[in-house]
Amino acid sequence: MKRFWNTGEPYVLATGATLAIILVMTMTLIGVVLSNGLGYFWPRALVKIELKDGTAALGQVVQHEKNPVSGTRRLQLKVANRDVSGQDFRWIDEADITGRSLPADAMLLERREHGNYFGFLKGVTAEGISLTASTPRAAFQQARTIVAGKLADTRKIKKQMSDLNSDAERIRLKLLKLEYGGKEKNASEISELTAVREKKLADFTALNEKATATQAEIAKITAQFSDAAGGAKDISLVDIVTEQSPNSMSFFAKCGAYLERVRELLLDDPRESNTEGGLFPAIFGTVMMVLLMSLFSLPFGVVAAIYLREYARDGLMTRMVRIAVNNLAGVPSIVYGVFGLGFFVYGIGGSIDSLFFPERLPTPTFGTGGILWSSLTLALLTVPVIIVATEESLASIPKGIREGSLALGATKFQTLTRILLPMATPGIMTGLILSMARAAGEVAPLMIVGVVKLAPTLPFDLNFPFFHMDRKFMHLGFHIYDVGFQSPNVEAAKPMVYVTTMLLLFIVIIASSTAIYLRNRMRAKYTTSTF
Amino acid sequence: MPQTQLNEHAAPILSVSDLNLHYGEAHALKNIHLDMARNQVTAFIGPSGCGKSTLLRCFNRMNDLVESARVEGSIRFDGEEINTAATDVISLRRRIGMVFQQSNPFPKSIYENIVYGLRIAGVNDKATLDETVERSLKNAAIWNEVKDRLHDSALGLSGGQAQRICIARAIAVNPEIILMDEPCSALDPISTLKIEELIEELKTKYTIVIVTHNMQQAARVSDVTAFFYLGELIEAGPTRKIFTNPEKKQTEDYITGRFG
Repeated sequence: MKRFWNTGEPYVLATGATLAIILVMTMTLIGVVLSNGLGYFWPRALVKIELKDGTAALGQVVQHEKNPVSGTRRLQLKVANRDVSGQDFRWIDEADITGRSLPADAMLLERREHGNYFGFLKGVTAEGISLTASTPRAAFQQARTIVAGKLADTRKIKKQMSDLNSDAERIRLKLLKLEYGGKEKNASEISELTAVREKKLADFTALNEKATATQAEIAKITAQFSDAAGGAKDISLVDIVTEQSPNSMSFFAKCGAYLERVRELLLDDPRESNTEGGLFPAIFGTVMMVLLMSLFSLPFGVVAAIYLREYARDGLMTRMVRIAVNNLAGVPSIVYGVFGLGFFVYGIGGSIDSLFFPERLPTPTFGTGGILWSSLTLALLTVPVIIVATEESLASIPKGIREGSLALGATKFQTLTRILLPMATPGIMTGLILSMARAAGEVAPLMIVGVVKLAPTLPFDLNFPFFHMDRKFMHLGFHIYDVGFQSPNVEAAKPMVYVTTMLLLFIVIIASSTAIYLRNRMRAKYTTSTF
Repeated sequence: MPQTQLNEHAAPILSVSDLNLHYGEAHALKNIHLDMARNQVTAFIGPSGCGKSTLLRCFNRMNDLVESARVEGSIRFDGEEINTAATDVISLRRRIGMVFQQSNPFPKSIYENIVYGLRIAGVNDKATLDETVERSLKNAAIWNEVKDRLHDSALGLSGGQAQRICIARAIAVNPEIILMDEPCSALDPISTLKIEELIEELKTKYTIVIVTHNMQQAARVSDVTAFFYLGELIEAGPTRKIFTNPEKKQTEDYITGRFG
């Protein structure tokens, strides 16, 4: 036995076991996120359950478990119809169930408000349009097509309205500036612009009336549904986003529906206080913020590291700076958030406002959270990572290479740019990967320097100057927190939390893989000879 | 220490007098006087830590990179003092090339390694560069081995080839002196032989100063040998004389292997 311990094998086993535990934990994390996230969009069967007391319920089975009080088995059913029954979910004891069936005509409606509706189509009431179809189902489809066409018209009007609105807003800001510069001096210009603006606003009002009228007209097209309990419900077709009959769908139809939902997730805006719909603004915000952050932190970090490693004399001061930099990486991120708010937002942003936009005050332009300040705050947070990585890769270059270059008559700067930096690039990329992953997942500091629950506009659009650095933005990490813990219906929002988490993981993985691929290509080019 | 006059007819290309070097407190070179003649191979021999590499690195001012090093005394290159703060170190290093103990090709193609010295001097004319690459590689006796893969990475070469690439890189800028710091210590006997033959040929165009641990090598390649011990120049003279009839007991002991 003693000999067994002396061989050292047990310690090898212990190291292996530790690695195994870490691997299992990582796999579990990814597994939980994937299994919950990927399954969410699959059209699940609508089960009609008949109960002992004669009532019935229609819904999707979410989970089975043992009742913690009575000890009997029970199942959780998502019954939706929040506006009718007041709750999305229902627990049913298995013992109370007398029958189960999968009615082929059961429908799942995704609505703009009040979550989903599960029920059966009874008929369609269309005022002002004539429906030629004979069955309620066909009439419903026909009416949906007509409504979709009219909605497209209103969208066009809405687009015109928003253009008019932004024009009017731009003129308003210009007017403010002119008035600030002196009312008498610019009187003619002011009256001219005011006239233009009033014309725009009048056009806006006219369009708005038109849009409202169209909407009121469409709203009259409704469909009648009944739920499992027999209760009738009138739903306006405008409120229906999608409809499915999961019980009668073929496998391929389900695949199609699944892909459609994925597309919606990636490209559409969120609905229902973020618990439904897509994540496009959050994805866009996260990616843009991380890229902007890299744009700041990479050059600053690399240049600072070059000075520290190549030019600064190695004394007490340099060592203290180095220790301070290493410790900066460990400062809690919320501290950076508070600093960003005080320094960037109120300090720099406030100064910019009073220097360049005094006419708009007290409404802040840059003096409030925005994507620029968020990126700068995170750049500050990740710059130590880049400094450390760059310094280490510079330090690992053999002395002979530097001397070889200098001995040929190269200056220190030529050696740096032509030999050392290319050789250090793989290491710098490693630092960039780490900092990007960290920035993508950071939430706490962002909450106080520019992230919002719902941003009306993206920080990038086709209006000059295209990148709107002062705008607030949405972020996947904050989205997870918001949907998971701040939404009115947390239970119903749970799948969305998993989906968002999955997307955030994907973005980090994609960004890292790209950087790792680039790094390996460079590494192959610059590996030092071993000889 | 007596002034050693090696070649009375030609003016020395490098002339060291009263040279002292300190690394912080340590006195690494003590009162060195030495002249090196044009188009000759001078070998520095001596046990490890005797200061021979340190002296070699004084000639192209590589000791500037060592913060604690302090060099006092005079080094004249072609009659011109080079151990002053006002010396243009960059142009000095172009005139005095160096080959290191460990071959140190840059992580670039063979071609770019050779033209590196020209590029940093601002030469970018393709014809000149091509011509230089061919001439340098031929002079370094490696043209036939690498002419078909000039644009491959220099890191894929064997140790002996890499060292000859480094020699080619040094002669590409047309220096007057080539300093070699134990150029064969990491090479196998065949590569060593090739480098030694190369030194024999290079001698016709360049002045060579070589540091070596290998006494046979010094005897084979050098015209003049200087023996160092504990930072002092013990004896310098024509190689044949040093190896057959040294004046100093220490030299004789070292050469015959009775040392330390």
